[in-house]
Amino acid sequence: MDAMFFYIAAAVAVLSTVMVITSYNMIHALIYLIISFLAVAVVFFLLGAPFIAALEVIIYAGAIVVLIIFVIMMLNLREETVAQERSWLTKEIYIIPSILSAILLIELVFILTSSGSGTLDQPAISPKEVGKSLYTVYVIGVELSGILLMSGIVGAYHLGRQKKKVVHRYLENVDL
Amino acid sequence: MKTVPMEAGLVLAGILFILGLVSVLIRRNVIFMLISVEIMLTAAGLAFIVSGARWAQPDGQAMFIFIVTMAAAEVSVGLALILQIYHQLKTLDGDAANAMKG
Repeated sequence: MDAMFFYIAAAVAVLSTVMVITSYNMIHALIYLIISFLAVAVVFFLLGAPFIAALEVIIYAGAIVVLIIFVIMMLNLREETVAQERSWLTKEIYIIPSILSAILLIELVFILTSSGSGTLDQPAISPKEVGKSLYTVYVIGVELSGILLMSGIVGAYHLGRQKKKVVHRYLENVDL
Repeated sequence: MKTVPMEAGLVLAGILFILGLVSVLIRRNVIFMLISVEIMLTAAGLAFIVSGARWAQPDGQAMFIFIVTMAAAEVSVGLALILQIYHQLKTLDGDAANAMKG
């Protein structure tokens, strides 16, 4: 595995994520998010996880981002949301969260780098091994994630349903 | 051909997670907050993949698949909630949903 490719993909991932959190336009943020996910997929591929790299592209960059774009289209958000976002996201809002998170990040980097621990040049792990592991050791986890997806479907249907308002004609002009 | 130390991968995961965390903290728009949570989940998955690659075991990838499942369920329910909030309050402001004065 070439170290140069890893660092380039990591830099692209970090830069595009910074663009996501600083952009005012929601669609632009989502496009940068796709770039970020693709860069992370390249990192996964270089780390010897080709199956997970494909999964990252298909599910994150494909399904989840498209789902969010569909919701933005359904809500019919226009340019005024950009102006609203510009008024919400002022410079002074950044300061305190950024400082506190930067302190935590510095601590994390210090802890990680103070204890040297091996390199990542192991051979790639094939989807076959992942599948074997999933259906022997983690079979209960697979069943539980099936239940989780089922409850996700039911919950999304229940919450997303538009209730038909039945209002008596005497009450129609009353502000409830 | 140089090799990448394990710390580099974990530091990348940490940076991405912190960026997502900052984004959750500074945004008021609920859709942006959902996007930030997705960034944080990807970063957590990256840490699992790095650990799996360090010891050449498939367990990290199995955990990533569970994280993807959870993220998919979470984003679908979250977007349904956002639709309801927008229909009821006509705004995407996360602070507007305070009818219970919590």
